[in-house]
Amino acid sequence: MEFYQRDRTLQPAGYTPIYKTSVARSPRQAMLSLQGSLSETTGPVFGQNELGPLDNDLIRNYAKDGDPIGERIIVHGRVLDENNRPVPHTLVEFWQANAGGRYRHKKDTYLAPIDPNFGGCGRALTDENGYYFFRTIKPGPYPWRNYVNSWRPAHIHFSVFGSGFAQRLITQMYFEGDPLIKECPIVHVIPDEDAINRLIAPIDLNGSIPLDTIAYKFDIVLRGRRSTLFENRLEGN
Amino acid sequence: MVQSLDYLKETASQTAGPYVHIGLIPKQAGFDIFENNFTNIMADENTRGERIIIEGRVIDGTGTPLRDALLEIWQANSDGRYNHELDRQKQGQIDERFRGWGRAGTDFDTAVYRFETIKPGVVSGRNGLDMAPHINFWIVARGINIGLNTRMYFADEQEANATDPVLNLIEQTERRKTLIANRDDSGPVPVYRFDIVLQGENETVFFDV
Ligand SMILES: [Fe+2]
Repeated sequence: MEFYQRDRTLQPAGYTPIYKTSVARSPRQAMLSLQGSLSETTGPVFGQNELGPLDNDLIRNYAKDGDPIGERIIVHGRVLDENNRPVPHTLVEFWQANAGGRYRHKKDTYLAPIDPNFGGCGRALTDENGYYFFRTIKPGPYPWRNYVNSWRPAHIHFSVFGSGFAQRLITQMYFEGDPLIKECPIVHVIPDEDAINRLIAPIDLNGSIPLDTIAYKFDIVLRGRRSTLFENRLEGN
Repeated sequence: MVQSLDYLKETASQTAGPYVHIGLIPKQAGFDIFENNFTNIMADENTRGERIIIEGRVIDGTGTPLRDALLEIWQANSDGRYNHELDRQKQGQIDERFRGWGRAGTDFDTAVYRFETIKPGVVSGRNGLDMAPHINFWIVARGINIGLNTRMYFADEQEANATDPVLNLIEQTERRKTLIANRDDSGPVPVYRFDIVLQGENETVFFDV
């Protein structure tokens, strides 16, 4: 079962001069459209036994002598496909800066301090309903070199697999109400306003733990599979 | 007005950014956090098939290799079977010791990526046409807004490559060469060298899959 054609009007182009690094790193030739074969419709499968018990708890998974500094948050939601069906048992990975906007990465030299109790990455498998959740601290915005005074809105990076390699997706989640979203060139490589809004997670008081942790809800949609109605079988079997 | 179609819309992609290593290969970012890490070593001593190494660089439009790219590959086993429930090919067997997937960063100093895997077999393609042995690549990095898909084929599979339905889709025959990796047998394990050129002369063929 192949996937619906990707709607490129909702996806960023490769060449987007407002995001300067894309200029030299984007292909100039047209991509060759390829109908799905087994190479695209299948993809890697992961098991719960490959993850550790703290992998979805960024407050605890790198704590050395206490909790990390910052606003305690839960991020939760569902991985769905374009047919509005859950994507079960799929790997979701996430990474982020600490509350001061600094990454634990040997190439990040921003002057905000490293938090000794915060690693900044985690992962989870969705359950049978496509649901995932993790706990972390809210990341801070940080400066980056695009224009001399460019600042990233607070965000969490997400990597999602789906059930076929052609669904593979990396994106970023933003936070409701962040005034830096409208200024950010990386956000605005997306050509569609609604598509941008779908990357902004609302506060979810129902998902919050009273007197403890506030929640944001973030659903992710992967490409849907097309059922073969009247066609001959296209794949080898 | 008509009824509205109730499909959801695919989530928009965003760049993996310069710190992709933190989330996907934290050891390269400079710290150790997970008990189990996903790596570029895809075969163990019991995996069936010929051991191979794939090495290469990802090169930008100025000829500079990327030192912050992340690549993932997905491939069939030596029988040409994908380790996935939708692979219902009659040929061969699934190999429980081979998932068929790996990830690697390009090195911060040398800019080279490397996978240790096995050579895949022929996979049945659309309309019953066999696809030559190949490996599916997915490339992300700072400055890449949406992951790039391409395929690597094997130079020593000339006959199979000549009838491969995907290579034959490439109208400019010269450009087919951008997907074919040469084999180097000078070391203990054969090495296939596969450079990916993002832009300009010898730009790699990328697929809208
Ligand atoms: Fe970031």
